[in-house]
Amino acid sequence: MKLIFEKGAPGQHLSLLPSCDVPEVSLSQERKAPLPLPQVSETELTRHYTALAKRVHGVNDGFYPLGSCTMKYNPKINEDMAALPGFTQIHPLQPESTVQGCLEVLATAEKLLGEITGMDAMTFQPAAGAHGEFTGLLLIKAYHHHRGDSARTKIIVPDSAHGTNPASAVMAGYTVVNIPSAPDGCVDVEALKAAVGPDTAGLMLTNPNTVGIFDKNILEITKIVHDAGGLCYYDGANLNAVMGVVRPGDMGFDVIHLNLHKTFSTPHGGGGPGSGAVGCKALLESFLPGPVVEKAGDGYRFAIPEHSIGRVKDFYGNFTVVVKALTYILTLGKAGIPEAAENAVLNANYMMKRLKEKYTMAYDVPCMHEFVMCLEDLLHDTGVSAMDIAKGLLDNGIHPPTMYFPLIVHEALMIEPTETESKETLDEACDVFLKLWDLAHSDPQALHDAPKTTPVRRLDEVGAARNPVLRYTEA
Amino acid sequence: MNFPAELKYSKSHEWVKMLDDTTALVGITDYAQSELGDLVFINLPVVGDAVTKEEAFCDVESVKAVSDVVSPLTGVVAEINEALMDEPQMLNESPYEAWIAKVEDITDTEELMDAAAYEAFIQQ
Repeated sequence: MKLIFEKGAPGQHLSLLPSCDVPEVSLSQERKAPLPLPQVSETELTRHYTALAKRVHGVNDGFYPLGSCTMKYNPKINEDMAALPGFTQIHPLQPESTVQGCLEVLATAEKLLGEITGMDAMTFQPAAGAHGEFTGLLLIKAYHHHRGDSARTKIIVPDSAHGTNPASAVMAGYTVVNIPSAPDGCVDVEALKAAVGPDTAGLMLTNPNTVGIFDKNILEITKIVHDAGGLCYYDGANLNAVMGVVRPGDMGFDVIHLNLHKTFSTPHGGGGPGSGAVGCKALLESFLPGPVVEKAGDGYRFAIPEHSIGRVKDFYGNFTVVVKALTYILTLGKAGIPEAAENAVLNANYMMKRLKEKYTMAYDVPCMHEFVMCLEDLLHDTGVSAMDIAKGLLDNGIHPPTMYFPLIVHEALMIEPTETESKETLDEACDVFLKLWDLAHSDPQALHDAPKTTPVRRLDEVGAARNPVLRYTEA
Repeated sequence: MNFPAELKYSKSHEWVKMLDDTTALVGITDYAQSELGDLVFINLPVVGDAVTKEEAFCDVESVKAVSDVVSPLTGVVAEINEALMDEPQMLNESPYEAWIAKVEDITDTEELMDAAAYEAFIQQ
């Protein structure tokens, strides 16, 4: 397929632009040659992007059980609300008095998400999850420094954590202490007790954890960290399993980030910008990035918290993502939010139960919203790897699960069906998984050769990682 | 799989080649590279870095994941194998020639295994 740069011809352009009625200026006095921008007609442009769109697989194309990514259906009413002129025909520098509706959206989203998570205050500035982690850690750092304690230099992260957790901690200037998981995939409480001390700034955790299990020791875990003087950070990656059922704030967490783009149904994974809202308990509120929205008389205004760590992004974050998330919350309501979580857990357990007939589960206990299969024995018996099964799924119109993650499970496939799939879809997917297991035994080569029906066959991912070509250069 | 007899091995799958009493080369074992898969990037330590036994001192990235390389020794990084930056695949192709760092002023060493013990260890 040709790149947009390789299409068109000099002089081709959209011919409907009105003539320029302001003086033309050159943006760069330095540039000797014109920018090599694509020159294509409007027809060619739209065809190019439509062709690209046809070659991808999104939630609107088929089942997408990408573990830990919560690829739920994004209701179209969210888009309708976010497209309202009052939310789009505005400028971030407009006077507050003229955008009161937008401020009310932020204030309402903060209130409802605070209710769902058990947090007292929230910022919507972070652009997505890892940015939220970084922001949350800066809050923890500011808190310790503000009370004159600069000896807390370490963040504890379990070995099952998302890779972004230790990365964010390092970015925030912390040293990471990795603690091993217990055999049941949960936090090893004894290892945690041994790891905490006067140098502990905090703990980063997801619950349910990365293998889809709710850590039943959570109150003891957060108490151990608090008793040592540290704070507890909740990675909202897996909130979909428990939203409206149990609150991170009640589990003992002090600061959390939410992936509004996952849990609260806004497009993501290449389909749209994220929003990594960060919520905190009152003890961290004065450190939040500014501006935040506060009530002023009958309306709202922007304010900078007293000890603010400063901005982490320009203006107010990805605002229309917040509009979509708020639409989702208001659509589902107080009864619908926990029902969505319950169905996410039910769907995962249904699939797990059916796939257990042939596949080996990494942790054979009832799961939350996702579960992890270990294909080590299949690889040993047939030579067919988790990667081969994933490629076989592509030929059956299913997006593969998350592969080779978490790192504590070998040949891992991590499946998260989400609540928005019907029993019929789950059954079809299970049939495909079980069929591929049989195929691995009867004709392993067929799976080594997969995928056969996709626009491209197996990609050279090693070559792409070792010698990435990231920029188009003119031939 | 190959485990040269003249090397010592750690539980976290690094090899150690003692050059004299306080200097050694460190790399990752054949088993480690095979488990990690094709390596595409290495984040080397810096010459002069103090390394501590049982703590990460380097990380390697495969198409599957980023993994820490744990130091089996306490000492100071004297040299690094910069060629690995351009050709991380050397870690896959010849893991015992592709040393990662030369560590000097070694003051402490974790309990290391000989080749036979390490081979038995990874069989478990």
